[in-house]
Amino acid sequence: MPKTYENPRFDYRRCADQQPGAVAHHPVVVVGAGLVGLTAAVDLATRGVPCLLLDDDDTVSFGSRAICFSKRSLEIADRLGVGGRFLEKGITWNRGKVFLKDREVYAFDLLPEPGHAYPAFVNLQQYYPEEWLVERARELGLTEIRWKNRVTEVVQEDARVRLTVETPDGPYAITCDWLLACDGARSQVRRCLGLEFKGQVFKDRFLIADVIMKADFPTERWFWFDPPFHPGQSVLLHRQADDVWRIDFQLGWDADPEAEKQPERVLSRLKAMLGERDFELEWVSVYTFQCRRLDRFRHGRILFLGDSAHQVSPFGARGGNGGMQDADNLCWKLAAVLEGTAPETLLDSYDDERVPAADDNILNSTRSTDFITPKNAASRAFRDAVLELSGQQAFARRLVNSGRLSLPWGNAGSPLSTPCDEPGGVALPPGAPCPGAPCPGAPCPDAPVERDGRPDWLLRQLGDGFVLLLALAPDTPLPASLAALAREVPAIRPLLIAPAPRDAGGLPLLVDGQGLAAARCGLVPGTALLFRPDQHLAARWPAFDAAAVRAARDRALGIVSDQERKAVAS
Amino acid sequence: MTAHLETGPRLDDPDALYEALMAAYRDLPDAEALKLSAKLVLLLANHIGDAAVVREALAIASGRTDG
Ligand SMILES: Cc1cc2nc3c(=O)[nH]c(=O)nc-3n(C[C@H](O)[C@H](O)[C@H](O)COP(=O)(O)OP(=O)(O)OC[C@H]3O[C@@H](n4cnc5c(N)ncnc54)[C@H](O)[C@@H]3O)c2cc1C
Repeated sequence: MPKTYENPRFDYRRCADQQPGAVAHHPVVVVGAGLVGLTAAVDLATRGVPCLLLDDDDTVSFGSRAICFSKRSLEIADRLGVGGRFLEKGITWNRGKVFLKDREVYAFDLLPEPGHAYPAFVNLQQYYPEEWLVERARELGLTEIRWKNRVTEVVQEDARVRLTVETPDGPYAITCDWLLACDGARSQVRRCLGLEFKGQVFKDRFLIADVIMKADFPTERWFWFDPPFHPGQSVLLHRQADDVWRIDFQLGWDADPEAEKQPERVLSRLKAMLGERDFELEWVSVYTFQCRRLDRFRHGRILFLGDSAHQVSPFGARGGNGGMQDADNLCWKLAAVLEGTAPETLLDSYDDERVPAADDNILNSTRSTDFITPKNAASRAFRDAVLELSGQQAFARRLVNSGRLSLPWGNAGSPLSTPCDEPGGVALPPGAPCPGAPCPGAPCPDAPVERDGRPDWLLRQLGDGFVLLLALAPDTPLPASLAALAREVPAIRPLLIAPAPRDAGGLPLLVDGQGLAAARCGLVPGTALLFRPDQHLAARWPAFDAAAVRAARDRALGIVSDQERKAVAS
Repeated sequence: MTAHLETGPRLDDPDALYEALMAAYRDLPDAEALKLSAKLVLLLANHIGDAAVVREALAIASGRTDG
């Protein structure tokens, strides 16, 4: 049915691993070339790690699912080399409105303050980024993608994982050291390990209709409760690329999904809403939403990412965004383990950091779903009370919950972070928040900077390795030991930052002319920040101290004892 | 110092307030009455402005503590 997009077809090719009797070994296998598996494969490739990527299909996502990509996902895409394409093709938006019946009760602006490379959100059909990631993987040349290769069996042995892969030419076997299970909500890998996927199904159904029309609606997210054209239920309208609009109709639990998908039925719902406007149907599906997750995402040599690890309802755009952030969190860790600069136990921190992130996504999307789908007469009364009050009462607007939009998880309490109140860190009363954002664990905020007279962005300058950002005043002397950090393994690249150009002793200098980097990162002259390879903050100090920086880097690599340090160094 | 829910008598004329509440609910069908209660809870909770105090009230009201 889609008219604005034609799925590319990727050929199945027979490969040497399929010779009878062969059992080839691969260091890293990624199962599933969806949004998350592709993100992981490209992230590994940018770090020089090859992988084998297996997918049971021969194309990218068929039909549209994810449409809202959040700022952090766009920043990750930028690091992977495809961020600019989101901006060119996607729809940038930041305003939303909520209606009750035929009245607007509430409007919000995600306040896009100037001075960020990426906006709060870009809307784009999921197949586009998937296609670009396939291209990017080919360009980097380290990912072998095998289409029409379906993983059917997975067995974890002591030192490796054994897989059976089904193809048009029959099955074959391979082994690997690390398996990244990115095979979606119905994960076969999860099934093979017999893991429980616990949570709740929401007793409601939603009709998702993508419509092609030239409409003069503003580029805003519009959400109706109980509109005249669809009484008693909610409706969402959102713009995508190619003049395609996403419309979600809440149907209720008793709706018959097959009957609801019939074109006549869908068209009459759309006509009630859109009137005599010209439109064409692009895509229709009916969903039930659920929130579930695995207990743990690391199971020995097998790591679960994206929908295979956790599933959320789409209100709040947290599924795809959360999955891209899983890949961002895991890939530098796996690269460090493979490179021998971190112990395997570093991978346990993927659980420490991403399980709470998934819980935060589940919590937020459950709250939104509970607001949109009240469970009984009392919860409906509260919901309607909030909506009716929100027209006149400012306090009630903050209670209206049609989806709290996805924000990156700050990794509070991560074992990889050096807390600000530790020796070598800032002395703080116990439990006090850190001075200035971000706190250790959180991603670096973006800001405009200049390097060698050219404008650039702070995040782009951080790149994908360990970085020590040191704030200087025009006349502070440079610590002599800075340059040595860059020659260690793993290297810590020094980046100096100052409000105006100054002598930088041959080290890279960022000029923060507008003071936005200083304001957003809590920098005063002397502040030293250590960033991890995923651009999250590892530690913050009021003054540079080389020994403290090394200790914080080791901690971020999961190196906790001297013994471990020696083992990793040798 | 954290605030606590005041449960000692504080109203000048409790009978008059009770009467006003009854009058507001008297002719309402159940669904409307539920919604009125919800609006009152939300308005008063926002006025209190301290979630810990509201949670204390919630615990007493739902019988989880006798205050
Ligand atoms: C209606 C709707 C709207 C949504 N809106 C948003 C949104 O706005 N923003 C957002 O962030 N998220 C949104 N989501 C969620 C988002 O689509 C998913 O979270 C995302 O697709 C998860 O990506 P994934 O790579 O983990 O899984 P998938 O995209 O499901 O990819 C899994 C891949 O694995 C392959 N595979 C499966 N089994 C095997 C096997 N045995 N062997 C080999 N390959 C296999 C599949 O072919 C597929 O390519 C929405 C979802 C829906 C349904």
